[in-house]
Amino acid sequence: MTNLEKYNKAFMEIFEITEERTKGLKYQDIEAWDSVGHMELIAALEETFDIMIDTDDIIDFNSYEKGKEILAKEDYGVKF
Amino acid sequence: MTFDEILNISPYSLDGEEKEKLLIGRLAELTKFHRKNCPEYARILESMDFKSDKVRSCTDIPFLPVRLFKELDLRSVPAEVVVKTMTSSGTTGQKVSKIYLDRATSSNQQKAMVKIVSEFTGSGRMPMILIDCPGVVRNRTMFSARGAGILGFSVFGAKRMYALDDDMRFNVEKVREFLDEHRGQKIFLFGFTFIVWQHFYKELKRLREEGTVFDFSHAVLVHGGGWKKLASQAVGPEAFRREFERVCGLRHIHDYYGMVEQTGCIYMECECGHLHASIFSDVIIRRPVDFSECAVGESGIIQVVSAIPESYPGHSLLTEDEGVILGEDDCPCGRKGKYFKINGRLKNAEIRGCSDTYADNFGS
Repeated sequence: MTNLEKYNKAFMEIFEITEERTKGLKYQDIEAWDSVGHMELIAALEETFDIMIDTDDIIDFNSYEKGKEILAKEDYGVKF
Repeated sequence: MTFDEILNISPYSLDGEEKEKLLIGRLAELTKFHRKNCPEYARILESMDFKSDKVRSCTDIPFLPVRLFKELDLRSVPAEVVVKTMTSSGTTGQKVSKIYLDRATSSNQQKAMVKIVSEFTGSGRMPMILIDCPGVVRNRTMFSARGAGILGFSVFGAKRMYALDDDMRFNVEKVREFLDEHRGQKIFLFGFTFIVWQHFYKELKRLREEGTVFDFSHAVLVHGGGWKKLASQAVGPEAFRREFERVCGLRHIHDYYGMVEQTGCIYMECECGHLHASIFSDVIIRRPVDFSECAVGESGIIQVVSAIPESYPGHSLLTEDEGVILGEDDCPCGRKGKYFKINGRLKNAEIRGCSDTYADNFGS
């Protein structure tokens, strides 16, 4: 599985959405992505990519696209 | 001054004068904003004949009694942009406050909170044990103050676990496993004061008497939510600290003071046992007779001002708590700003606080 597929899979499984719905998705756009869902998503991504995301990045992670940007940073090195 | 600019300043780095300058600008803007966007708030200011050009210091900003959020739906943004409604932790039969949050306010709460807590625990994330039951965050649409506290602090948890079952029983095996898995790491413990005492401390004590000893000397505990119930059992902060160190070696303990009406800008207890105001908020103590400002060392009613609330007019509130300013800018811990102590609830005030409302179920 590519990193992008893994990334999408986390969103799809945690929020129970289709792949099409992930694009452009923002924090609190859907009921499932609330603060509880957010921490679940972070935990799933950390597990998947074996990384630990900083508190500041957890807070800045406010959309599907922003999340990709954060994970691609040098600190985490997830290439998409 | 925008909130983002305030976020870039270290939370305990400004002295009284610098902080006043920073806060007054922001509070005056918020007063203007809420007056324009919240009709109820505008009417209250009208009735007090409030003139914004007379504001010289933070103490001149009008304050609302926290109770008003129970009586009225106070919002300064359209209902469509509200993403979260938080409720106070009232006991059964009490009316609860409803606090409406939009994206910006909700996110600023979390940002301020992280800045504040990091000053005490470090910004790194730690394996986290939540001393509560998982059920408390299950109802996701209406957030209780207890659930909000748990979620707010959860960003500090790298791996998280709940130490209690849904029937509030301490899960010895699960906690043991978790500690084994994270041996040698600093553990973050979080919970509400009474729950921590009743369901964690008492269990650790009982287990110790049976020969099972837990070692939390490498952990840090953050707890809040009120001392009322424990005070009635004659347990004060000193006994709390002493007993935790005795039963499990836990020495790093920080109490905090905060309320759902001003989530985010909590007041953390330092190493010297003092509650500290960060640059995001402040406390003003007022005399019950005429609401004039108390001197340092003089007890009175606590008013809280916060730079955060945009979606509801809660930037200046009169609480139902009594407290006293112990000093400003000169705490031996090195943090600047006011430091203070809570004496307790005002007489005839309702029971509130996540710890005290839960404790109310236990009778007296």
